[in-house]
Amino acid sequence: MQRRDCLTGMAATMALVAARPALAAPPEITFDELYASFSALGLKFSDKVLNLTDQTIRIQGFMAPPLKAEAQFFVLTQIPMSICPFCSSDSDWPDNIMVVYLDKRQTFVQPNQRIAVTGRLERGSWMDPETGFVSQLRLRDARYGMA
Amino acid sequence: MRILLAALAATTVLTGAAFADTTIYPLDRATILVNSKFDFKVELDNVHPEDAVEVTVNGKPYAEVFGAPAQFVTEEKGKDDKVLGSALILRDLALAEPGAYTVSVKAGDEAKSVTWDVFGTDATPKAKNIIFILGDGLSVAHRTAARIMSKGMTEGKADGRLAMDDLDRMAFIGTSSTHSIATDSANTMSAYMTGHKSRVNALGVYADRTPDSFDDPKVETIAEALRRASNKSIGIISTAELEDATPAALVAHTRKRADKPEIVGMFYDVQPDVLLGGGSAYFLKSDIPGSKRKDDKDYIQLFQDAGYSVVTTKSELAAAEGSNQGKLLGLFHTGNMDTWLDRNQLKKGTVGKFGDQPGLVDMTKVALDQLSKNPDGFFLMVEGASVDKMSHPMDWERAVVETIELDHVVALAREFAANNPDTMIVVTGDHTHGVGLIGTIDEDKPGEGRDKVGVYDEAGFPNYVDADGDGYPDSIAVSRHIAMFANNFPDYYETWGPKLDGPFEPAVKNENGEYIANEAYKDVPGAVLRVGNIPKDNDTAVHAVDDVVLQATGPGSEGFRGYMEQSDVYKVLVDAFALGADKK
Repeated sequence: MQRRDCLTGMAATMALVAARPALAAPPEITFDELYASFSALGLKFSDKVLNLTDQTIRIQGFMAPPLKAEAQFFVLTQIPMSICPFCSSDSDWPDNIMVVYLDKRQTFVQPNQRIAVTGRLERGSWMDPETGFVSQLRLRDARYGMA
Repeated sequence: MRILLAALAATTVLTGAAFADTTIYPLDRATILVNSKFDFKVELDNVHPEDAVEVTVNGKPYAEVFGAPAQFVTEEKGKDDKVLGSALILRDLALAEPGAYTVSVKAGDEAKSVTWDVFGTDATPKAKNIIFILGDGLSVAHRTAARIMSKGMTEGKADGRLAMDDLDRMAFIGTSSTHSIATDSANTMSAYMTGHKSRVNALGVYADRTPDSFDDPKVETIAEALRRASNKSIGIISTAELEDATPAALVAHTRKRADKPEIVGMFYDVQPDVLLGGGSAYFLKSDIPGSKRKDDKDYIQLFQDAGYSVVTTKSELAAAEGSNQGKLLGLFHTGNMDTWLDRNQLKKGTVGKFGDQPGLVDMTKVALDQLSKNPDGFFLMVEGASVDKMSHPMDWERAVVETIELDHVVALAREFAANNPDTMIVVTGDHTHGVGLIGTIDEDKPGEGRDKVGVYDEAGFPNYVDADGDGYPDSIAVSRHIAMFANNFPDYYETWGPKLDGPFEPAVKNENGEYIANEAYKDVPGAVLRVGNIPKDNDTAVHAVDDVVLQATGPGSEGFRGYMEQSDVYKVLVDAFALGADKK
């Protein structure tokens, strides 16, 4: 993708995201609202997550560096990832991550930049067939813009 | 000069064969406990027919000495099916006779010879119990800062001593790995716990040339040796994920420490009697939120079925103390447990989610209570993991307070040893960090950032207060605090003070795989961008190659002295237990 196309694409996406609230603002959820309880024996989804499953929602966070440039998904985290669990063998993902599958490719955003992602919330254990990456919460048909 | 060059060329041609990259595992100068199980492997640089490969041990055909023929692999394959050469593999070999074993391999014009030292132990044990206390990354600066922060200092003399300050024996430990002077927690702890050095990221194996991380030549771990040759109990405690390199080194065999789901299975195979720490995510089957497994193996259930009581909070752990009769599995966090400072004072990190985590002292107390019921004794490993986990991101206050907590474990161990004098205590690090304490930072000094750093005479003394006498500073946010710095770092914003809002995250990764300064700290008053001095693919400050200071006390500890290779520490441990005598 040429830089110009990419910028145009990004501008368009941003316009789209910006325009969306005027049409129908998707419900917003925060990372702190994903789980109702944490235990070593497992996490429990919050009522908000249970209620919003299969609906289009909006969440803000930081884009972790992609697993592969061509990966179909990226990981959204609450704070910028200071470590790369995909690359360093002694680091690991935090519990509360959101896996984001885009409806079409968008460019990587600088890790210090907060983004807002809109997509359909999917819940339950699922392994990405290509990478083997297991997630509990995903956004499908997602797109993002600067928060 | 021309003659010299010609001579050199001739030499090169002549000895060309000797430059073939033939490797024999265990490597040259390996030290091997008698009767311990290990894998023998020869990696030839070229492809040879089986009958062209001659292997002798002390001049005799190898199969005669080893008791079995090795499997011959004509073409060992690497990445993308690249042919790497022929190989010989013999697994689970054990040598009953101590002595020097010279293994010689000849194949075509390839030749290689190594000598192993197979060592025995005293027939009589010196110690009944060993408490092996490890501060991950524990360096001299951590100890000095912990003493000053915990005890204070007046007119240049410490106002008190750490529990680790009064251990009888001391040694400098060389931590380097088989392929590099530098090192990580996997190969270093593996050296302590197997007696064999290995490569960065490897646990309980020599790192061979094939990509599979589970086929590398294995060596016996201390937990396996204890199961084989004793009836002692085994305890493993860590504030990290239990699958993390340090605790894993007691049981694991993998080239990659990141094989955490499989490492849980390796714990299950050995079944330590007490297992306490974080990392439950890899014990949970994949459909449970919080799980990091990819399969439906439910290790919580499996351990329960194997007779373990499972506890998940500090309260449940306390309830288990004294009442628990069987084996004990404590999992207190899906990931790494929080630091003392976050658990007890700042309430940051993940304390809001996991609010009832025990500390290292709580865990050690319960473990000692449980393990000491065994009349045959025990081996307990206690890891203060976050000395390292907070030194990487240069969060010095957290790292130093973790050191103070570790010292409370040393105090508890010494108390136990006072009542049980047949106990050896070892206190050490696995590797060091490039960190130094250089003075103080005085918030009342005029100026910003570096202006407030006090060096030489201007440093004075920090003003931490311990009014409640618990050995921990009542607050780390004092007006004159420690000035500690790493000698290596990624790009980051130096903020010159304790990180009260949560553990420091100096750098974040960009799309090019480079770590750039985390801008979350950009606007902290006085923050200064420090341009890194290590390659940009490093996320945080790295380990140092500097020696570790090991200290020990109790029967058998006289084996620690001078400079020692990390792998030689194992000899002292198994000798104290007379594990070479095989008295089971």
